[in-house]
Amino acid sequence: MGFLDYAPAPESASILSLRPEYGLFVDGEFVDGHGEPFVTISPATEERIAQVARADERDVDAAVAAARRAYERTWSRMSGTDRGKYLFRIARLVQERARELAVAESLDNGKPIRESRDVDIPLVAAWFFYYAGWADKLEYAGLGPRPRPLGVAAQVIPWNFPLLMAAWKIAPALAAGNTVVLKPAETTPLTALLLAEILQQADLPPGVVNILTGAGETGRTLVAHPGVDKVAFTGSTAVGRQIARAVAGTGRRLTLELGGKAANIVFDDAPLDEAVEGIVNGIFFNQGHVCCAGSRLLVQESIHDEVLDRLKRRLATLRLGDPLDKNTDIGAINSAEQLERIRELSAAGEQEGATRWSPECAIPDRGFWFAPTIFDGVTTSSRIAREEVFGPVLSVLTFRTLAEAVAKANNTPYGLSAGIWSEKGSRILAIADQLRAGVVWANTFNRFDPAAPFGGYKESGYGREGGRHGLHPYLSPSTLATPPAMIDTTGVTGSAATRASASARSAASGRGGKGNGK
Amino acid sequence: MTDSTQIALAPAERAVRLLGGDVTEAALRLQLEGLPGVDGVGLEQRAAALSTRSVKEASKRAALDAIIGLTDLTTLEGADTPGRVRSLAARAVRPDPSDPSTPPVAAVCVYGDMVPYAVDALKAAGARGDGTRGEGDGARGEGAPGDGARRAGVRIAAVATAFPSGRASMGVKLADVRDAVAAGADEIDMVIDRGAFLSGRFGEVFDEIVAVAEACRRRDGGRAHLKVILETGELATYDNVRRASWLAILAGADFIKTSTGKVSPAATLPVTLLMLEVVRDWRRLTGERIGVKPAGGIRSAKEAIRYLVAVAETVGEEWLDPELFRFGASSLLSDVVLQRQRMRSGHYSGADYVAID
Amino acid sequence: MTRLSVPKTYKLYIGGAFPRSESGRTYPVTGPKGEFLAHAASASRKDSRDAVVAARAAQPGWVGASAYNRGQVLYRIAEMLEGRAQQFTDEILAQRGGRRTLAAAEVESAIDAWVWYAGWADKYAQVAGNANPVAGPYFTLSTPEPTGVVAVVAPQDSALLGLVCVVAPAIVSGNAVVAVAAESAPLSAISLAEVLATSDLPPGVVNILTGAPAQIAPWLASHADVNALDLTGAGSLEWVDLEVAAAETLTRVRRPEPGVPPLTLERITALTEVKTVWHPKSTR
Repeated sequence: MGFLDYAPAPESASILSLRPEYGLFVDGEFVDGHGEPFVTISPATEERIAQVARADERDVDAAVAAARRAYERTWSRMSGTDRGKYLFRIARLVQERARELAVAESLDNGKPIRESRDVDIPLVAAWFFYYAGWADKLEYAGLGPRPRPLGVAAQVIPWNFPLLMAAWKIAPALAAGNTVVLKPAETTPLTALLLAEILQQADLPPGVVNILTGAGETGRTLVAHPGVDKVAFTGSTAVGRQIARAVAGTGRRLTLELGGKAANIVFDDAPLDEAVEGIVNGIFFNQGHVCCAGSRLLVQESIHDEVLDRLKRRLATLRLGDPLDKNTDIGAINSAEQLERIRELSAAGEQEGATRWSPECAIPDRGFWFAPTIFDGVTTSSRIAREEVFGPVLSVLTFRTLAEAVAKANNTPYGLSAGIWSEKGSRILAIADQLRAGVVWANTFNRFDPAAPFGGYKESGYGREGGRHGLHPYLSPSTLATPPAMIDTTGVTGSAATRASASARSAASGRGGKGNGK
Repeated sequence: MTDSTQIALAPAERAVRLLGGDVTEAALRLQLEGLPGVDGVGLEQRAAALSTRSVKEASKRAALDAIIGLTDLTTLEGADTPGRVRSLAARAVRPDPSDPSTPPVAAVCVYGDMVPYAVDALKAAGARGDGTRGEGDGARGEGAPGDGARRAGVRIAAVATAFPSGRASMGVKLADVRDAVAAGADEIDMVIDRGAFLSGRFGEVFDEIVAVAEACRRRDGGRAHLKVILETGELATYDNVRRASWLAILAGADFIKTSTGKVSPAATLPVTLLMLEVVRDWRRLTGERIGVKPAGGIRSAKEAIRYLVAVAETVGEEWLDPELFRFGASSLLSDVVLQRQRMRSGHYSGADYVAID
Repeated sequence: MTRLSVPKTYKLYIGGAFPRSESGRTYPVTGPKGEFLAHAASASRKDSRDAVVAARAAQPGWVGASAYNRGQVLYRIAEMLEGRAQQFTDEILAQRGGRRTLAAAEVESAIDAWVWYAGWADKYAQVAGNANPVAGPYFTLSTPEPTGVVAVVAPQDSALLGLVCVVAPAIVSGNAVVAVAAESAPLSAISLAEVLATSDLPPGVVNILTGAPAQIAPWLASHADVNALDLTGAGSLEWVDLEVAAAETLTRVRRPEPGVPPLTLERITALTEVKTVWHPKSTR
């Protein structure tokens, strides 16, 4: 046995005690759903984990009603300090149960325990900690002295970072004073249900957070529910579009965090070894199930061969297998459906003439797996350069000049993230300005922090999550500014004429002299 | 550019091959400054990621034995005596008297004046490989890695060139080296002139290494292996570590070594990883294999295993060979033996059950 | 014998030029008593397309100008408007009637709105952006930048001030705008275009279409190269359809509001995207 054939190092699953069946979490209690229950499986083994309730219209009604009651009677009346304390409690409980949550996440999602343990769950706790501190400081959020919560937030989240996405959604909503109905993804409901237990342990008032499991139909019903004031969705651009249409005209506020096709741009003066790590982290982190994944490698022509060579050597050391093994780098693809999509797009890549390469990599017999894959010689018109694969598939394109790199990077309807690798500061800053993407990682990739806003341009959605900006989607601004000019802005209604009249009165007080023009 | 940069440097074989023609300081500088930069945060993150590897059971047993076989058991104290060196040598040969299956260490590492005592002690213990000392031929090619420690017994490494500061005249440094080689040292651990390096006098550093490599020749035509200590704790930046590594290799180093152990920080995983990346790139470029030796500060088996992981995942398992990788350590061996005992017996051992030097 | 006046022909404002509608269509503009004032161009689908193309072409240069420069250009607009206040007052009176003092006050308010927004050019990013104290060795900054090309339906019950109060906050950050003017008061809008054309504003940064918003807006709402749709003045239109059309390419939508919008920083930031940039920090 060679040294690199590390003996199995499985994380103990015994830390996790699951119930055979889970209900919906409504008004502080687990209740039966009215829909046909479904089973959540481990994508690594296809074995059953637990049976989960499916929420139908009646359940959505009940959850929205519970959220409304909690909003009106409890949460919107509670002091920010106390709301914050609940969030701090949740953060602490997440830390206390971190290992258990990590195991559950890897089991249900298929992601390596190394990632759920070192990235997902610590960030979940951090997210609650961060927004806990905002709850009694909303007047400093930049929305005027008395920003108001919106009411009931309907939140629908994806399967790639199940608990982390729940935290991204719930923490700012609660800090701002809203109540929540959350629908986790069909294939990854488990950690949201464990979070429900944590909310009970934190003694969060009933109805402040309700969790409805189910599939797409449940989500559609929820976001279209008339009792909802705010809709937040993370997922595919196709579904985001449907939601935007459904919400049109309702007056409901909407934030969307959708797909991406990020360019990871490597210049000839890049710190090469770190760039290779960044490329690997950019596309193979979480099996590439990352909306901001660096799925398009744009490498300067002069170093293309060298980068590819280094990249291939590095990929050969990636370890694919049991998500619960601490040494696993690449876990399971989350579902058969997603695996099919990755296969289909990869086949298209080959048909379109790109050169496909994967390291030698044993694929387990059961479960859903896809070896890390590089497509070289990809053109900008290829499907694998334009469509989001959402899997461990990297498309390699080249460029010759900075202008070409920027043009190619921006040549996509998406605009979530981008990477730049160069040792030249002025170049990095200039390119960061020109990239049409909400997050630009320079000499790093896939970094997340509750203090740092995240979100897209163009078809990658709108609104930001994280940071001060992440509160804005959950608050109504109070009067923002009293302009120094002659215009009366205090009234919200009123015609131009009355406004003009007011300003005419002020005009009588006279204006100062004007400075020179340009 | 001053004229001095055009003066030819010592025509070290590797430098001539890579830089071509007359090796000048200007050419050397171009080469070193043309190396890709290192992003410190990214490097440290990669090192941290490698540190999360979980090495258990059979892998751990193998790793513990590997660590012992890769260790340069070191004593470099002003208070060293022949007695202490004899004791060290005895432990080098038999790190765990309670378990004869424990392999010997790769080498003992001592000051030059202690070499004769080490030679005697190892001979007495039958660990001098009946006279077949490790032969250095400088550049190693693609040949199969040999189990150096077992073939040659326990080697003797001597620190030289006015270790640890390196602050002495060239004549003194070379005399220091010749002395140790003549006394029977198989390996010379030299220090570079960090002052010259930091002030950009790369040619000076280069010539010095070439001269020391020359001084490593034995009368019988063989040559002591040359480990070049960069003293990375004084080089300030990772970019400097990368440049110094290249410089040492170009000048003829068989090994590049992190530290003297007398400066903090001594070996760190990121610095060692970076040096491993250099030898990986050198291998890719020339086919030659260069050794890496982290030294100082590695005290626990757990830490040492992280280095093994970094070696195996960066340059490949073939580097887990005393010809290509060493730990310079004094207290590491005790912890490894302790861990070995624990794995063998199934219960935790105690310090009193591990021999000291 | 009194001198025969020379009436103005009102055309569209696209890419810094004043073309007639590609369709050749015009509509009569009348005063409060139904009297004929002038013909205004009736912008067509193709005019809206041309306007978007002009806006897209102008936007990179405009955002690339320094914030100081953009602020000065906006202030220059105020200066030019001030110099023609009389003309604008007359036009408002002609289109809307009412008391002269009110019309004059609307012009003054419009001038002051330009001045107010001009001052934000080099400040809004400071107020709306910030450093992010992340848990790691990174320098990270989140700053707003313009969303790109913005289509605006101007308030329909205001001749001048409404248009200014939607266009100024859109362009101050570096967006380029295609504005659909108040259908019943296109003369003020096109006169404003003349002010813009002589104010150092790069051609294409503001494009003004006159005509029926109900016919023009759908083309803008569904246009894939429009990044944001400001429906402030679209309250009387079938604006839900416009929002649905905008959803196709996830165009940002600002929903209708009554009256003339107040001056707010929020009007600026609503048409921006927050970009977060990360870079490692290391002493080694």
